[in-house]
Amino acid sequence: MEYLKIALYILVFPGFLFQSVFSTFLEWLDRKIYARMQNRRGPLYTGWNGLMQPVADIVKLMAKEDIVPAQADRFIFSLMPLVSLAAACTAGLYLPVWHLTRYNSFEGDLIVVAYLLAIPSFCLFLAGWFSVSPFSLIGATRVLTQVFAYEVPFFLALLTPAVLSGSWRIAEIAAFPWTSGAWWAIPLQLLAFAVALLSLQAKLERVPFDIPEAETEVVGGPLTEYSGKKLALFRLQKDILMLVGSALIAALFLGGFGGGLFLGALQLVLKTILVVALLSLVKAACARIRLDQIVTFSWRYLAPLSLIQFFIVLLVKGTGVI
Amino acid sequence: MSNDIITIPIGPQHPFLKEPTKFDFDIRGEEVVGARINLGYNHRGMEKACEERNYYQCVYLLERICGICSHSHTTAFVQAVEALMGLEVPRRGLYIRTLVCELERLHSHLLWLGVAAHEVGFDTLFMLVWRDRELVMQLLEEISGNRVNYAINTIGGVRRDITEEQRKKTLESMTVLKKRLEYYAMIGTNEPTFVARIKGVGRLTKERALQMCVAGPFARASGVDMDVRRDDPHAAYGEVEFKVITSDLEDILGRVVVRVFEMVEACKIIEQLLEKLPEGDVALKKVLRKVPAGAVVSRYEAPRGEDVHYVRGNGTDKPERVKVRAPTLANLEAATESVIGSFVADIPIAIASIDPCFSCTDRMTVVLREPRRGTRVMGWEEIRRHGIEWYRRHKGIRF
Repeated sequence: MEYLKIALYILVFPGFLFQSVFSTFLEWLDRKIYARMQNRRGPLYTGWNGLMQPVADIVKLMAKEDIVPAQADRFIFSLMPLVSLAAACTAGLYLPVWHLTRYNSFEGDLIVVAYLLAIPSFCLFLAGWFSVSPFSLIGATRVLTQVFAYEVPFFLALLTPAVLSGSWRIAEIAAFPWTSGAWWAIPLQLLAFAVALLSLQAKLERVPFDIPEAETEVVGGPLTEYSGKKLALFRLQKDILMLVGSALIAALFLGGFGGGLFLGALQLVLKTILVVALLSLVKAACARIRLDQIVTFSWRYLAPLSLIQFFIVLLVKGTGVI
Repeated sequence: MSNDIITIPIGPQHPFLKEPTKFDFDIRGEEVVGARINLGYNHRGMEKACEERNYYQCVYLLERICGICSHSHTTAFVQAVEALMGLEVPRRGLYIRTLVCELERLHSHLLWLGVAAHEVGFDTLFMLVWRDRELVMQLLEEISGNRVNYAINTIGGVRRDITEEQRKKTLESMTVLKKRLEYYAMIGTNEPTFVARIKGVGRLTKERALQMCVAGPFARASGVDMDVRRDDPHAAYGEVEFKVITSDLEDILGRVVVRVFEMVEACKIIEQLLEKLPEGDVALKKVLRKVPAGAVVSRYEAPRGEDVHYVRGNGTDKPERVKVRAPTLANLEAATESVIGSFVADIPIAIASIDPCFSCTDRMTVVLREPRRGTRVMGWEEIRRHGIEWYRRHKGIRF
């Protein structure tokens, strides 16, 4: 029974099956909200209101010819989509939803997830670097530069709830507002929530931080040379990264997904949708900023803001209210 | 450090280019240190084709120089021919011609604003602007019957009259559009991420602008106060009041400001035209086919700047020479130069800030005489002789 549960956890919920289905739903939602903000209708024809459009896109890509450039490093070029997808999916297993064992919930799993979420960016860099085309090279260096901009504020923002709850375990951090009775811990961390949201936007390379794959500047960025199955895997990875990142933020800042399998799943879905909707609004309201501007923005605003939040949390801890 | 410089080719096919042309940018890291342009992917031999057609056919041919400012080219050409023939065009015809000019300016500038927003990844503005551009497109369709090549100009006037109903609808749309334009002016100059991308980027000083002979909104955004509509009024521009918008910002923000407020002025011009619309014919009843000998240069303020047509007649019904100088040609060099020193990310928006139209611009191809590679340059007669000889030898055809 125990092993069955673990297998279900890895493969079905919140493992690969749930992740791939729900992440395509999130992409659809994102596209719909984005379209509504632009006075468009978004995907419309595949499935109910275009619900199956992201799936159809991936299936179509899967069926397309898969080209590896002659100068590219064949091994790394083919490996990177898999590694990044695996990293994103694995990070999703640490979401505290349902069956918590010592394998998927332990002291310090927050750090593991943060590192797993950083892997796709480096995969993207390597993928671009080893495709050897001017556009992918520029895209790859942009990915790396951007990592230095957003990663530190992101970690600092994730650190805040951990410090507040005095634990490195996502499940404990998520349950903290309820177990300690300090529900106001959620509004208290609004600043860190905003910083985490914006850093996640940068991590997902969405407007205004879609610098590495700015279509009008560097064509497809690091993915310029990718096609077919490998591109499909990268797209799926991106959707899953959006799901896991949003769910992580929901777990840390919005009170987690307690209450057993069904209530937990419901909370996971609703809270993730909320975070994704916020991300979509940011995406619709901005223009793409420049590489130097994202570095300035991160270090001049995001990092100090997260430090201020850190300070507030330390003060609150110091007063001994919690 | 020269090995740090890599050259990225942009074009002939690239997502930011709507039409084929080629740029080579030398970049060091993210900084652009050199830029070269290579035109010539769009040569269609239109000027030569004009010499084979009569003046009426030329109007339709020249309309197809550009898909956006098609009316500009016909108006410039038609004005030249009318001047050659000494025709007095009915005032109502001139008013309708001017009306379509201004509607075209509106739709072209709206299109540009959308494209500029897209170049910096601001797709929301792009979508909203293009939604409102549809208002203008519908008006153009209503008035002329076509959305792109309006075919409303003819020698001696215009081909269609406008009805009272169309007049009312146009006025209504202008009210809506003016309100929307206010909003876009606010967004274009206030939205922080958008302004961060366009402020201080692609700088072109006034002195350099004058040296490079740039034209249109591009020049006006650098503080060069010139506008053919005011300086050398054609059609009905002498009878309406409008401001020439200039800006001293000398950057892309300035170009956005100039174009947005020019659209507001265009709305005002359209309202004035429709209020003052005189009665009478829209075109001369009878126009001769033959055009007297002589040469005329016709200037016209197209949405992108000054459009110049040179027409030389020789007393027959076909022009002896037609030469078109599209505004993009005047601006392209300066725009390419303005990219140097900025970032790679600024390339698309800096080039797009002149609203380039490469199919307007490409007027000739240059053939290098390289005997060693087997290329040689032939004259018209030589080509003819070569063709006859080739077909005689290879196909057995005798002419």
